[in-house]
Amino acid sequence: MSDTVPAGVSPKPVPATPLNPRRRGLIIGASDGLGAELAGKLAKEGISLALLARRKEKLDALCTEINSTVNERRALAYVHDVSEYDKVPALLRTIVADLGGLDLVIFVAGVNYPPGGIDKYNFENDRRMIEVNLIGAMAWLHPIAEMFQAAKMGQIVGIASVAGDRGRVGNPGYNTSKAGLATYLESLRNRLTRHGVHVLTVKPGFLKTEMLKAAQGPTPFAIEPSKAADDILKAMQKRKQVIYTASIWRWIMLAIQHTPSIIFRRLSF
Amino acid sequence: MTLAERLPKIFHPWPAVSGLLPTMSLNLNAHFTQLENFGHSLKAPAYRISIKTTEEIYEAFQLARKLELKVTARGTGISYNDASLNGGGIVLDMTGMDQIQEWDSASGLVRCEAGVTLEQLWQKVEPDGWWPPVVSGTMKTTLGGCLAANIHGKNNFQVGPIGEHVIEFTAITPTGALVTCSPKKNEDLFYSMISGLGMLGVFTSITLKMKRIHSGLISVDARPVPNLSRHLSDLCEDAPNYDYIVGWLDTFARGKSLGRGQIHAARNLKEGEDPHPQQTLQLAYQHLPDRLLGVMPKSVLHYFMNPFVNNLGWRGVNFAKYLTALRKHTFKQSHAEFHFLLDYVPDWERSFGRGGLIQYQSFVPKETAEAAWREILLLSQRRKLPSYLGVTKRHRPDDFLLTHGVDGFSLAMDFKVTDRNRKPLSAMLQEFDKIILAAGGRFYFAKNSETSAETAQRFLGYETITKFKRLKQRCDPDNLLESDLYRRLFK
Repeated sequence: MSDTVPAGVSPKPVPATPLNPRRRGLIIGASDGLGAELAGKLAKEGISLALLARRKEKLDALCTEINSTVNERRALAYVHDVSEYDKVPALLRTIVADLGGLDLVIFVAGVNYPPGGIDKYNFENDRRMIEVNLIGAMAWLHPIAEMFQAAKMGQIVGIASVAGDRGRVGNPGYNTSKAGLATYLESLRNRLTRHGVHVLTVKPGFLKTEMLKAAQGPTPFAIEPSKAADDILKAMQKRKQVIYTASIWRWIMLAIQHTPSIIFRRLSF
Repeated sequence: MTLAERLPKIFHPWPAVSGLLPTMSLNLNAHFTQLENFGHSLKAPAYRISIKTTEEIYEAFQLARKLELKVTARGTGISYNDASLNGGGIVLDMTGMDQIQEWDSASGLVRCEAGVTLEQLWQKVEPDGWWPPVVSGTMKTTLGGCLAANIHGKNNFQVGPIGEHVIEFTAITPTGALVTCSPKKNEDLFYSMISGLGMLGVFTSITLKMKRIHSGLISVDARPVPNLSRHLSDLCEDAPNYDYIVGWLDTFARGKSLGRGQIHAARNLKEGEDPHPQQTLQLAYQHLPDRLLGVMPKSVLHYFMNPFVNNLGWRGVNFAKYLTALRKHTFKQSHAEFHFLLDYVPDWERSFGRGGLIQYQSFVPKETAEAAWREILLLSQRRKLPSYLGVTKRHRPDDFLLTHGVDGFSLAMDFKVTDRNRKPLSAMLQEFDKIILAAGGRFYFAKNSETSAETAQRFLGYETITKFKRLKQRCDPDNLLESDLYRRLFK
């Protein structure tokens, strides 16, 4: 864990008391884009946060920014690569102890490596996407689901994608990782709802982030990650099950999902 | 060889007994549990491990050391604050260590495991003509918790806190030592582990001396007091003539009536006063009725109370109570009824709604109490943040390290917590703290949840805290024992 405490901020997290209660959240994949937006907004709502990402400098900068905005030590930084599965149990325990509990987990981490053409194949890239986007999520959400089930409380949010709704020609590996993640989250929801745990699947369309630069072709209805973060917070409050952001993607994907294969397999998107 | 024989007596590491118990192979995730304070106003999930034996406590220490987690012992979780919470750490559920190991009805000595509740204890000793020397307002507390907070009763001015009635106790420290302490043996640990908030070790066995009673009944004198000045002077003057004294304070009364209320002063019956002691000492006689007026089950009563638990409703309730209190009278009551008022309506704290409740209790010397309380009562009325219940008691100082005892009085105030009042209430309680500190007052670690580390340092004093930390270093050099309360006040 890196200890970045801006000047004037107490080095220890503020103790939770009945008159200053704290929910505790964990964001996996928080250094930029959607994760960073969610972190900023949740911190402003008074939630203590553990932020995980690979890149230390970005993460530290984000924590410092959040902590100096709220003027206390509310965000803690942990450098971690989600494909280092063996490190998850110990790191999770450390985080839960540092936060003083855990009420809310958002899995944002994801990578997108397009193969570079509809006739190209790249196993290494596909493998990496599955390792981060899907197995990384399972490595983290398995123990968390177990804990929340035992405690009969908690909220799990997973960032899947519209890309998981249909296998398309452009990026089989990415489509598969996100479809797998969406199905995995559905399973968790079906397991955990009866124990009072809320599981939300988020399917963003195009977001104006680093990942957008990797996209080939047009990127219609691209929205700022800040707008997507607002949608997600609202859905968490309303305890929705699945949301699309921007919401128009619900209808677009409905059409795409119902396009007969005889047509769909002749399309080049 | 028994466990006790296998162990070196003091401050030597235990021989490794790992693998003896299933604890070490626990899947901790499946033990994650949402734990709360008594008032349901604070939640802190933690890994709960059920403890049945001393060996299991030792194993849990080992496990915590291996996983770099902190440990707190928890009984029934009745304290109003974070004393038995340890968010994200290991919480030892001590309620499984609930054996009354020895009871001698001739001498009144009883030896219990730490998870035995006051309820179990009085029900064991009462039919033989004994009563616990000190009890809390609820019988749900465990003896381990009672010692850790060094609880007091309505008889604090006569007999001191519960620690003064402990003949001997055994505790296990994180260093792996099983220590036996009494006022004569390991006395530094005796006077610090009692009141030590479970931060020096975990109690395993406790020997207490019970108090003789000659009847299952207690004689109570009830009388009104018209204002704060009379309230306190009556508490002070009446106390020496009674065994127990407690006041109810109408927190809504203003002006000349500020601090008005009712005093209940009670004494145990002398031998011969009760013509049928055999009958009144029976457990059935002490039973708290579980139905109101014989009809309504009390377990649902808190739902019906809920609509009244707001500023307007509770003002009415306090006013009605004062009207009924105006009649000066004497009556007899069973011990259980007199002592365990908080158990009279089961789950009453649920009636405070979603935000729950907190309690603010201040202990102020008798010379400064009136002025200080006048100030905080007026402040709470001015801010329109009234407390719903005020309870006063008479106290005296004691020799325990983290003592809350004063030669004076205590005033306990219950506040409802809502999303809207958290901020202003927090600001007001900080002002309360300043007023109480200026009056030379103290606070009680089983109650107040908002006390800051600075406030604790001011009333305990640098010397006491240094001494406590030195003992902590000796018993628990790796800081394995930590509760949320400890982190709030001493780190």
